[in-house]
Amino acid sequence: MQLTVWTYEGPPHVGAMRIATGMQGLHYVLHAPQGDTYADLLFTMIERRDRRPPVTYTTFAARDLGGDTAELFKNAARNAYDRFQPQAMIVGASCTGSLIQDDPGGLARALNLPIPVVTVDLPAYQRKENWGAAETFYQLVRALAGPSAPPPGTPRVRTAGRRPSCNLLGATALGFRHRDDVTEITALLGRLGIDINVAAPMGATPADLARLGDADFNVVLYPEIAGQAASWLQRIFGQPFSKTVPIGVTATRNFIAEVAHMAGVDPAPALNASSSRLPWYSRSVDSTYLTGKRVFIFGDATHAVAAARIASDELGFKVVGLGTYAREFGREIREAAKLYDVEPLITDDYLEVEAQVAKLQPELVLGTQMERHIAKRLGIPCAVISAPVHVQDFPARYAPQMGFEGANVIFDTWVHPLMMGLEEHLLAMFKDDFEFQDGALPSHLGRGHAAPPAEAPVVAAAAVAPQPASESAAVWGAEAEKELHKIPFFVRGKARRNTERFANENGVTTITVETLYDAKAHYARS
Amino acid sequence: MTVHIPNCAVSAAAEMTQRPVRRESGQREVFCGLTGIVWLHRKIQDAFFLVVGSRTCAHLIQSAAGVMIFAEPRFATAIMEEKDLAGLTDANDELDRIVTQLIARRPDIRLLFLVGSCPSEVIKLDLSRAALRLSQRLLPGVRVLQYSGSGIETTFTQGEDACLASLVPTLPRARTSEDTLMVVGALADVVEDQFTRMFEALGIGPVRFLPSRDSLSMPGVGPSTKFLLAQPFLADTARALEERGATRIAAPFPLGVDGTTAWLWAAAQAFGISRGVFDAVTQTSRDRAERALSRYRDELGGRSIFLFPDSQLEIPLARFLSRELGMKLAEVGTPYLHREHMAEELRLLPGDVAITEGQDVDLQLDRCRAAKPDIALCGLGLANPLEAEGITTKWSIELVFTPIQGFEQAADLAELFARPLLRRSRLVA
Repeated sequence: MQLTVWTYEGPPHVGAMRIATGMQGLHYVLHAPQGDTYADLLFTMIERRDRRPPVTYTTFAARDLGGDTAELFKNAARNAYDRFQPQAMIVGASCTGSLIQDDPGGLARALNLPIPVVTVDLPAYQRKENWGAAETFYQLVRALAGPSAPPPGTPRVRTAGRRPSCNLLGATALGFRHRDDVTEITALLGRLGIDINVAAPMGATPADLARLGDADFNVVLYPEIAGQAASWLQRIFGQPFSKTVPIGVTATRNFIAEVAHMAGVDPAPALNASSSRLPWYSRSVDSTYLTGKRVFIFGDATHAVAAARIASDELGFKVVGLGTYAREFGREIREAAKLYDVEPLITDDYLEVEAQVAKLQPELVLGTQMERHIAKRLGIPCAVISAPVHVQDFPARYAPQMGFEGANVIFDTWVHPLMMGLEEHLLAMFKDDFEFQDGALPSHLGRGHAAPPAEAPVVAAAAVAPQPASESAAVWGAEAEKELHKIPFFVRGKARRNTERFANENGVTTITVETLYDAKAHYARS
Repeated sequence: MTVHIPNCAVSAAAEMTQRPVRRESGQREVFCGLTGIVWLHRKIQDAFFLVVGSRTCAHLIQSAAGVMIFAEPRFATAIMEEKDLAGLTDANDELDRIVTQLIARRPDIRLLFLVGSCPSEVIKLDLSRAALRLSQRLLPGVRVLQYSGSGIETTFTQGEDACLASLVPTLPRARTSEDTLMVVGALADVVEDQFTRMFEALGIGPVRFLPSRDSLSMPGVGPSTKFLLAQPFLADTARALEERGATRIAAPFPLGVDGTTAWLWAAAQAFGISRGVFDAVTQTSRDRAERALSRYRDELGGRSIFLFPDSQLEIPLARFLSRELGMKLAEVGTPYLHREHMAEELRLLPGDVAITEGQDVDLQLDRCRAAKPDIALCGLGLANPLEAEGITTKWSIELVFTPIQGFEQAADLAELFARPLLRRSRLVA
C-alpha cells in the first residue's frame, strides 16, 4: 500500500474517459461500482463541458454482487448502443470492476453489436491516468485504422500535386490547454502549407481514426498520450512522427524545422512571418532582475522539460530542481536534469515533492495544482505549467502553451507571481514601511499587504513532512539573526541555509554577522 | 401567523402504504459514501480518515474536495497495489505500516477511522479486525474505528451514517437517569449553536450533539437518552443508538419554518414542555423566519421543480419547497427511502407527488426533459449538461455544505433555489 495525501493522476479508466469524452461518436461502457460516476464532474465542472461524457456505468451495488453482474454489464452495453447509436464502443472495467472478473470484452462480443467494440484492459492497481489514455488511444487506433493498413513493406508514396498533410495527435478532454494548443499548432502548420488530415483524439470520430493512414506524417503534441499510437502508425503505415514538442520559442522554431523537413516544405515563411514577443520582453531591461531567479519545476515530463528549457534559456532563470510524477517518462527528466546540473526528482509522492521544495527554497515554483498547495504553504510564488489542474486553468480566453502565442502566455503567466522589480528594490532598502512590509505579498497581486506565514515554512510543513534535519549545530547570535532579517524576504530562506551550511563546514558554533557575510561572499554567484 | 404542527405521536404507517413509490434500478449518477469525509473531517477536529482503497478513491475525494484541497486535510488514502491483492496477510501488515507512518506524522490525531471502499470490500479485507488490532496497539493515545464508505454499500450521505454508527458503540454510558436529549447528524457549527440556545430557552436539556466537535467529548448514551435526528440519512446510526437503549423522537426534519417548528415541538413534547411555553420561546424566531421567507414565496411560488436523487434530503426539501414556498413538485427522487424515519415528512407531502426511490439516470433524464421543470435539483455531473439544454438547475451538493437547518436559515435555504432562477432571468448574453 502507498500512503497518498494527493494523487497526481487518476486511475487509468479516467484516462480512457478522457479519450472517449474528447472524441465524438464513441461510447464507453464501464463496469464500475455505484459512485464512480464522480468522474463525470471532472468533465462537466472542471472542463465545463455542456454535455454528459459518453460513458455508461454499470454502477453495481453490493446486492448485485450476489447476482449476475455479467448480465448487468450486458444490459448496460445493449442499452447504451440502443440509446446513443455510437459508431464504435470501448468497454472495460474500473478498479473494482476488474476485481469481479466479468470480462467486459467477451461479454460485449457476445452481444454482436453491429459496430466495432474495442476492449481496453487497464491494470488499475499498477498504472495510472495518462497510461490509461495512451493505451486506450493506441487500442482504438489499432482497431479502427488497422483494417486499412497496407501490406508490410509497402513504401510510402506521396501523391504528386497534393499539399502535404499530417495528423495532429494527443489532445484529449481534460488536457491542460489542449484546446488552444491545437488551434495554435493548426494555424502554424497552415502557414507552412501543411493540411491537417485528422486531429485526434479530441474532436475526431471513429470514422476519422480509420483515415489516419492517409496523412504523410504525424505530429505528436503530447507524447504521454499519443507516443504509443504514433510508434504503431510509423511501423504499420510508415508515417514518421515529430519528436519536438513546440512549447517555448526555441522549441517552436525547432518544431517548424522538423515538420517542414518531414513535409518537404520551406520553413522560412513560418519562421519569419510570425514570432513571439517573449524574446523581446525577456531582453528588455525590465526583465534584468529575473536573471538567476531560482526556480523549481515539476509536472508531466513534456511540460516540465519544456519549462526548464524556457526558464533557463529564454527567461534567464536558474533551474534548481526538476521532476516529474510520470515514471514512464523518467528518462526524459533524467536527461534534462543533466543539462541544469540538478538531481532529477521522479516521484508521485506529494510529500516527497513538498520536502524537496522546502529544502531547495526556490524563488518560484512552476508545477501542477499540487505544487500550488506546497508553494502556498511555504509562501513561494507559483505558476501552473502542467496537469493536474483545477477549473481556473481551463480559462475562457485563448491561452495556449504551444507555439509563438503560447510563449507570450507563458511569459506573462510565469512573471506575474514574482514581485515586480521596483518593489523588490524598495523592500530591500526600506524594511519597515507600514503597508509594504517584509514578506508582504507583491502589491500588484492586490490582496492587501498582510505577510503570509512563510517565515517559518518548514514548521508549517512539518505537519505532514518530517522536518529536514537541521544542517547545522551552530546557533544564531542575536545580532546575526537581526541582520538576516534585513535580507529580502524571498531569498532569506536560502541565505539562512547557506549560512548554516557554511558555519557547519567551518566549525563555527555561534553564527555572527561576520559569519553571515562570510557565507554570502563564499556562495556569491556560485 | 399560522403554522401547522403535525401530531407526531400518531403513526403514519397506514398512510404510507397508500402512497405509490416508483422503485427504479439502472445507472445511478450519485456519489459514494467516501464523500462524507469531505465534511466530517472538518466537524470532528481530532479525527483522521484513512481510506483503504484504490487510486480511484483518492481521486474521488480530492475531486470532491475541490479547492479545499489547498488546506491541510485530515484525510488520506492507503492505495492498494498489485501486491496487496495477492494475499490478505500482506495487506494487514501493510496497513499497520501505513498507520504507524501516519500517526508519526500527525501526533495530534486521537481518532482514526479506517474507511472501507469498494475494492477493500470486494477482496474482503477485514478492516474491523484491523481496527481492533490497531486500537490495542495505539490506545490510549489513538482510538481506531472502521466503517465502509464504499459505493457498493453507501450512497453519498450514507457515509456519514456509517461513520456515526461506528462511533455509537464507543460512546460512554450515560450516567444520569434523567432524560437527556441527543441531536444526531453533523450540523454547521452556527446551526448547532442556535439549536443549543433554543433548547436551553425551552428548558430541555442537557442537549448534546453527535458527532461532537472533538472525539473526547462525544455524548453519553443510555436508556435515558432521547434522540432527535437532524438529518434524514441516519438509519444505521439510529438503530445503533436504539440498541444502546436510546429512544428516537419521531419528527420531520428541521428544514424551513414548519419543519423546524415541528422538529422542536416533537422534542418539547417528549420533555413535557407546554404549548404555551413552546410558543413563547419560539414565536419570535418563527415570525422572523416567516418574514424572511415571504420574499421568496413570490419568486418561487408556482414554479415547478424536479429533484434527482442524491442525499436523502430530497423529501424534506420537497416538503419545504411545496408547503412553504408553493412550488410544484414534478418528481421527487431519493437514493433510499427509510419509511419509518420519513413517515412524518411523507404525511406533509402533497398526496399526488411522484416519488422515485433509486435511479435509472437516462430514463429519469427523459422524464425530466418531458416535465420541463422550472428548476431541477441534481448533481454536478448533470447540472451543466441540463443547463445547456435550457433547464435551470440547482446543484445538490451545496445543500450538505451550507447551513440550511433551523429558523434563521430557512430563507437562506429558499435563496439557494431562487438564485439560479434569478440568474437565468438576469443574464442577457
